Order: sequence, then structure tokens, then C-alpha cells
Amino acid sequence: MFSRLPSGSEAERVCPVDFGRGFLAASTKIRADNVLPAVTGRVCPQEHQCEGRCVLGRRGEPVGIGYLERFVSDDERAHGSPAPPPMSPPSGKKVAVVGSGPAGLSTACDLVRRGHDLGVLEALHAIGGVLVYGILEFRLSNGIVLQEVGHLPRMGGQFRIHVGVGKTVTLDDLLNQKGYDPVFVAAGASLPVFLNIPGEYLCGVYSANEFLTRVNLMKAYREDYDEPVFNCRGREVVVIGGGNTAMDAVRTALRLGAAHATIVYRRSEAEMPARVEEIKHAREEGVRLQLLTSPVEFMNDGKGWLSGVRCIRMALGPADDSGRCRPVPVPHSEFILPAQMAVIAVGNRSNPLVQSTTPDLETTP
Amino acid sequence: MYTIVEAKLLAPQIKLFRIEAPATARRQRPGQFVIVRVHKAGERIPLTVSDSDPHAATIPLIVQGVGKTTRLLNEKGAGDFVLDVVGSLGKPSEIMRFGAVVVIGGGVGAAIAYPTARALKQAGNHVTVVLGARSRDFIILEQEMRSISDRLSVTTNDGSYSQKGLVTDALCHRLTAGPSVNYVLAIGPIRMMAAAADVTRPFGIRTVVSVNPIMVDGTGMCGGCRIQVGTESRFACVDGPEFDARRVNVGRLVARNTMYRQQELRALQEWERARSGNGCRLSSQGASLEPGDQFP
Ligand SMILES: Cc1cc2nc3c(=O)[nH]c(=O)nc-3n(C[C@H](O)[C@H](O)[C@H](O)COP(=O)(O)OP(=O)(O)OC[C@H]3O[C@@H](n4cnc5c(N)ncnc54)[C@H](O)[C@@H]3O)c2cc1C
Ligand code: FES
Repeated sequence: MFSRLPSGSEAERVCPVDFGRGFLAASTKIRADNVLPAVTGRVCPQEHQCEGRCVLGRRGEPVGIGYLERFVSDDERAHGSPAPPPMSPPSGKKVAVVGSGPAGLSTACDLVRRGHDLGVLEALHAIGGVLVYGILEFRLSNGIVLQEVGHLPRMGGQFRIHVGVGKTVTLDDLLNQKGYDPVFVAAGASLPVFLNIPGEYLCGVYSANEFLTRVNLMKAYREDYDEPVFNCRGREVVVIGGGNTAMDAVRTALRLGAAHATIVYRRSEAEMPARVEEIKHAREEGVRLQLLTSPVEFMNDGKGWLSGVRCIRMALGPADDSGRCRPVPVPHSEFILPAQMAVIAVGNRSNPLVQSTTPDLETTP
Repeated sequence: MYTIVEAKLLAPQIKLFRIEAPATARRQRPGQFVIVRVHKAGERIPLTVSDSDPHAATIPLIVQGVGKTTRLLNEKGAGDFVLDVVGSLGKPSEIMRFGAVVVIGGGVGAAIAYPTARALKQAGNHVTVVLGARSRDFIILEQEMRSISDRLSVTTNDGSYSQKGLVTDALCHRLTAGPSVNYVLAIGPIRMMAAAADVTRPFGIRTVVSVNPIMVDGTGMCGGCRIQVGTESRFACVDGPEFDARRVNVGRLVARNTMYRQQELRALQEWERARSGNGCRLSSQGASLEPGDQFP
């Protein structure tokens, strides 16, 4: 009835069969091939993935697979653990996974079930990658991430934090000295892209990664935590970008008390990469959208702090390689958005830590 | 948890710690740093490892108490713990046979400069070390530096020890007298590094500084440590911390480093108030946010 989910879960087995036997059984089933249902049920773009492919969707509403995953895993959190998945006997192999984001966690769980002696190496002090440093509490609480993460050590996998592969230990050391074979690198795409426009060094200008890490991982919003973050209370905040990260940043700014929080995105709403639900929520919360708009300069208040973002209107031209219409600037349409804080959320490139100390590692661009 | 095995006060508010971190100690190279979080609610701060010894299980950190986190750390002693230590981060210093080199350590910058100065000496360079601080009490690592250098000059702002003046005075003197210098490494307060670069400019000597922007992760993930080098944006935690002195946009670095000054001051004041409320009578002397700044 349903096609397979990208994560490999078979929703058909979850929904009709197991609900009769209770939700924990459903949870066990769903976990057979999706190790992060509480996460995927909350933050996956289901409309493009599982639900987008649901045959019922052709005639009406697709089955709410995301909400089912979410419900089943929430029920599990309230009522105890599901039966542990079947494990293969020890394989005698040592396998390392670099990075503990969703990619690393999923791979790690599959490997540990196949009986491998498994270590997950994480550079930060917390497990979960973007799930803990990026995505905010109000979308995915750290408690939920902890629940999902807790399954791996129970199955015998090990987490090692504070291990920056390429720095604390090299890939070659892992393979040659530490006896790991193979090593799976799931280091994420976490090198923030900047806009390369004037004023990017002003105080008050952040990458989304920095702003969200300060707030989320380092808990700068709490009085009893030391990490500082720009005080947006009563201030104007501009967030540049149209993806989930931009939506998280703009909604965070509102929660931190911003007077107004505005998204600046160079295409139209139809092209926004963020999940439909995120855009809807942002709108409902009062986020303003400046669509078909591109920043040209971060303006200096004369003392090194941001005072506004000079923008230019865009029009959609012919489609580019990505299939989306290419935005082109409208002449003489510049205007200034007042802002004391700006967050750049226009994407990331892959993190170079591993490659930088593994010169003979071949990578695709 | 990382155990502090030794803690020793070197100067007022400047403390040496040896912390057990075998994996980091093994791979540590001169010029690299670690990120430390003292406790659960603490911030992540970069601290340069002030020596490298692949056979040691500990790393030495020299910490100047300037804000809440460093003051908190400086309250710790042997047997205490810090929560997180991750390293070794950043690129190691460039070590090669330049010929004659000058290594400048301003204030606590001496701690950062020491392992690099020693490696430069081992690489066969003629090494002149210049140490500077505001007064005698703040000169650190003098003996260590003396033992690995061919010449050592010490300057104090107030003349309370050795030559009265700034490290740049000693640098000028060295550049005009003695064998010609091929390489200068200046580490200390930002303005001191900029001043050193100004001194070497007319001589056309390659000059490198170690920058200290505010960091969070130290792995290239946040971009908070970005500085302008020439026309490019570089992340100090992965591309640095050492850069060509004349290409670093110092003004922007200084400005960005003031971003949280008010919050930092408030946190420090609250912490001191809470601490004195607990009956501690240690004075708060030396509470400044400009680490060992010789260049007011
Ligand atoms: C704010 C934000 C919101 C998002 N919202 C959504 C959403 O709603 N829906 C959605 O589908 N996607 C969303 N995404 C994207 C999604 O989070 C990513 O696609 C996903 O996290 C990628 O997982 P990953 O495991 O590849 O990498 P990451 O989650 O980035 O994890 C990589 C981990 O590896 C560690 N690491 C890196 N280098 C090393 C090294 N050398 N040694 C050791 N450890 C290392 C990092 O510290 C990190 O913990 C969002 C992203 C962000 C930033
Ligand atoms: S400290 Fe975050 S990128 Fe350098």
C-alpha cells in the first residue's frame, strides 16, 4: 500500500498490522529499520518523502506517516522501551563512525545490530549533530534526541565525545593503529557559507550555525548559562535564506524577544526549500517575509555594529540548472531594512576537518 | 571529565595547569589549541597548549583570569576537574629553517609562543625572544625562554624589571643591530601584534601573528571566528590561528572581539559578587578584560 520510506521503514507494516497489538509493538516494528522515528516524525520533509509518495495522496490526503512515527515514539517514551531489535552474533570487526548526526546515528545502529564492535566519534561535547546544535527545542527537544540516542549504548555501541577526527586522531591512525576497518565518515555539511557582501564582520551578524549553536547547544537563552548571544529583545532581526535553518533562526529570534523578525529570500515562496509546515508556523508566529529580495550590504552604525541591511528587489528569470527560476536584480529597487542583528542562513558546505589531514582521501566536489 | 594534575600560580591571575588529556597530548603541535568547557553551564573557550610533548599524558595550559570563565578556571587546583577538553585544534605553527627569527611574547602570549620558539630553535634557527609585560610580576616563562633562545630581551612598561618600554622597542633594537632577521612571530594582545607588524614592515620581514577571535566550536562549524585576511574570509579555528600579520584586518578583529564585552563584564561582576557573598576575601585586583595589554 505504501512505498518504502527513504529511511527504509515500511510504513505499511507499522500502521495496519501492529496498532491492534498495542503501540509498543508498533514501535518495535518501526525501529526495525528507522532508528530515529521520534526525530524523523518531527523534522523530515514528509510531504516530499514518504507522504509525497503515498498512493492515497493521489486521491486525497496521504497517511500521516510523520505523525504516526511521532505518536508511536512518544507513546514509547511514556510507557517504556520497545523490545530490543534482534542482534547478530559478534562479527569480530571494529567499525568507527565519524560524526553523531542523524547520518552517523542511523549507520551506527545498523552496524551494531550486525554485531560489529562500534565506536561513534564526535568532535563536540554532545551527541546528535544538527539535532542538538541546530534544530531548536520547540521543534525537537533535546530530551527526545537523548531518548533516541540512548538506544545505541544499550545495544553495545560506544560514543566517544571530544574526538575531532583529523585533529585529535587522524583517519589513518583509526585505520592503521586503532584497528578500525572500515571507518564511515558522517561529518555533516557544517561549514557555513557567507554572502561575501560588505559588512559581514560587523558585530550583530551571525551565521545561522553560530546563532543556533549559542542558543541551542550552549543554552545562551538561559540566565544560568554563561554562553552569551546578542540580546534581541525589542530589536529588529533579519534572517537571510529560505530553508529550515532560516525558519529555525527567525523563530528563535522571535522567542528571544525580537520586536520584528524578517526573512529575506531571493526567490518566491514557492521556491523556498523549507518545509511547508515550517513556513506556515513562522507566519502564524508573526515572522515577516521579504520575498524576491536579496541583501547587498550590512550597514555599520559607525561603531562597528549592524544598523540595517541594504537590500535589492529581485525578479524571477528563466530556470537555472537546479530547475528553479533564477532571481535577477530589479534595477533601482534598493531599500534598507533596519536591523541590529542579522543571521545568514544560505547553506553549508562539507566540513573539511577530515580531508585536511588525510591528503590522499579522494572526495567528490 | 579531565583531571587537573598540577596547578601553579605563575603571576597574579596567571596560572599554569597540567590537565590529563593523553589523546590530545600525543598529537599536540606547537601553535595548536584546545577548547575547554569548565562546567556544564559554562562557555566553550579556546586555550593554547603551552608545550608539546608526544610522550606526555598531560597538556599544559596557561590561563589568565580576565573574564568569568577564566577566573572560574583559575580557582581550580590539582585534583579538580574540567568538564570538556577537545583538541588539538587549529593548524600547527610553521616550523622551518628561516635563518634568524624573533619571537615576541606579550603578556600571557609568552605561553603560546614558547613551544613554537623552542621548535624554531630545534629547527636550527638563531632565535631571539622578546618578552614583555606591564610590570615585573607579569613576566612569565623567562627561564624557559632563556634556555631555548640565543638572545632574550625583557621589557616592562613601568621599568620595574629589565628594560623599560614596549616589546616593539626591543624588536626595533634587534632589527637594527645584529644579524639580519628573516622571520618574526608576534603573539600577545592584538594591538601589540599590529604594532610589531608596523615595525617590521619597512624591513620587509615576514611577520606572523596568532589571532584570538571569539570561538564556539573550534571545528569550522559556526564561522564566529571569521577574520578578514587580505580580501578573504578565513576561520581562525581551522585556517589559523597563525596568519600573515600584514594581511589580517586588525580593526575588524578588535571590533568583533568587543561583541560580548558588556555581557562578559556583567557576568564577571555577578560572579565576583556571588563569590564575595560566600565569604571569600580574595581581592578582585587585575580584573580587566584586556589580557595583559601592554598597549592601552
Ligand atoms: C537549523 C537546522 C534545521 C534543520 N531542519 C531540518 C528539518 O526540519 N528537516 C530536515 O529534514 N532537515 C533539517 N535540517 C537538515 C538536517 O539537520 C541535516 O540534513 C542533517 O542533520 C544531516 O545529518 P548528518 O548526520 O549528515 O550531519 P550533522 O547532523 O551535521 O552531524 C555531523 C556530526 O559530525 C560531527 N563532526 C564533524 N566533523 C567531525 C570530525 N572530523 N570528527 C568528529 N566529529 C565530527 C559534528 O560535530 C556533528 O555532530 C536542518 C538543519 C539545520 C542546521
Ligand atoms: S570557532 Fe566556530 S568556526 Fe571557528
